[in-house]
Amino acid sequence: MSDFFAMGGYAAYVWPAYAVAVIILGGLTLNAVLRYRAAVRELDTLQARRPGGSR
Amino acid sequence: MHRFANPARFMRVSTIVLPWVAIVTALVMVAGLVLGFRAPPDYQQGDTVKIMFIHVPAAWMSLFCYSSLAISSAIALIWRHPLAEIAAQQSAPLGAGFTAVCLITGSLWGAPMWGTWWVWDARLTSELVLFFLYLGYIALANAFDDPNRGVRAASVLALVGWINVPIIKFSVDWWNTIHQPASVIRMDGPKIASSILIPLLIMAIAFTLLFVVQLVVLMRAALIERKIRALRQLAAESASTEYGLAGTEASA
Amino acid sequence: MPSFAAIIRRDLRLAFRQGGDGAMAVMFFVLAALLFPFGIGPEPEILARVASGIVWVTALLAALLALDRMFLTDWEDGTLELIRLSPLRLELAVLAKCLSHWLVTGLPVLAATPVVALMLRLDPASLPMLMAGLLIGTPVLSLFGSIGAALTLGARRGGVLVSLLVLPLEIPALIFGVGAADAALDASAGSFDLQILGALLAFALPLCPLAAAAALRQALE
Repeated sequence: MSDFFAMGGYAAYVWPAYAVAVIILGGLTLNAVLRYRAAVRELDTLQARRPGGSR
Repeated sequence: MHRFANPARFMRVSTIVLPWVAIVTALVMVAGLVLGFRAPPDYQQGDTVKIMFIHVPAAWMSLFCYSSLAISSAIALIWRHPLAEIAAQQSAPLGAGFTAVCLITGSLWGAPMWGTWWVWDARLTSELVLFFLYLGYIALANAFDDPNRGVRAASVLALVGWINVPIIKFSVDWWNTIHQPASVIRMDGPKIASSILIPLLIMAIAFTLLFVVQLVVLMRAALIERKIRALRQLAAESASTEYGLAGTEASA
Repeated sequence: MPSFAAIIRRDLRLAFRQGGDGAMAVMFFVLAALLFPFGIGPEPEILARVASGIVWVTALLAALLALDRMFLTDWEDGTLELIRLSPLRLELAVLAKCLSHWLVTGLPVLAATPVVALMLRLDPASLPMLMAGLLIGTPVLSLFGSIGAALTLGARRGGVLVSLLVLPLEIPALIFGVGAADAALDASAGSFDLQILGALLAFALPLCPLAAAAALRQALE
């Protein structure tokens, strides 16, 4: 198991590489989802406030 | 025009399809990572070859996203298609993300292998230029008070910069570079071991699916934001007519 | 009204009357280049090694100075509309604009290069190749720059944005220009770099006006 983490001595390079990928790609995905949810919430609020539904 | 090109239809279809694509993406990603970590170390590069499973798919995606950006931009310019404009604008940050991952993981791989974090050779430099092209696209699209003007100008930029994509791809063939020459997409087929090739291709598929998921989510968000803006504008206009600012309506 | 020559003549007349752009470009070029000995230190060996690079970079930045105004004043006062509606093809008008930009900024910078290069302790043997490279490279800067200038018409903070857009496109010219100058030192493949620069110019001459004209049409809608 510790061999796995040591990555043949290159741990200082391999793990940061994977971390960077997770942070950037995961961050973009999370941003996308949060932005979508916020948009949906705002649309619902707007449509609820307007009397008589959509025109 | 194309059947799926209608924004409302896009929303309906994506609502149904997106969850499944997301699940498949997660499964493929896990499969790729597991196979990648179980691959044997390279006799020359040791375990740093595992960086390749991130670096190479990210590089391929950086080019793929830019081509998708350029194609959407062309469609947006020629046919003024609203979905194409949205697709182009939303894919730029995603492409920039893949390019950044490619550049950073490349440095992390180059440091132990080449003994340097960066070298100004043809491939690295042109990939860096690609990153700046993405940033330039985003900056240009947001630089105008009229957002439509911004997207149109940025679309022209995207098309002008498309020439960088073949330059990046063939840079290792045309110039003496420190970067490895092509070993997968070549005329006589890939020349790396299948224990490395298979996880690599799986990760490439996973990254592509991830891009699709991210793009569809962002496009849905952008379409809803457009609706919100339209509703707000409608509300502002009707409020002004209620108060007689338009001059004709007496009361609501 | 506007013909190819008429556009150039008008731009040159305006440039002389206002005296601004050309003189500013040369002054910036000289001053910026002369900052380097203060920053790097005056040792001749170090300066000589980086002199060609410094000349190229500062020439690039000097040419950038006038870029965002290439079309701006004409766009604001309606001349650009007139040009678009005239029988002259918009692409040719862009070419005329690039030529006048080069005449007003690139050519004076080129003329100032020997002085600056020698002040930066450039090996005189490299000077002909440096000049040849700049002679081909400065029009390339104007051509790629026209695309950035056209794209950013009416944008907020257009000046900075033009630099962000144009500098990545200029990097190949920079690489080969400096390569030509440095290669002359060991009498090797300097001509190869010049040939690539020439190819860049041949590539930019027809294609940049096309792209810039497309961008102008977007701006004029």
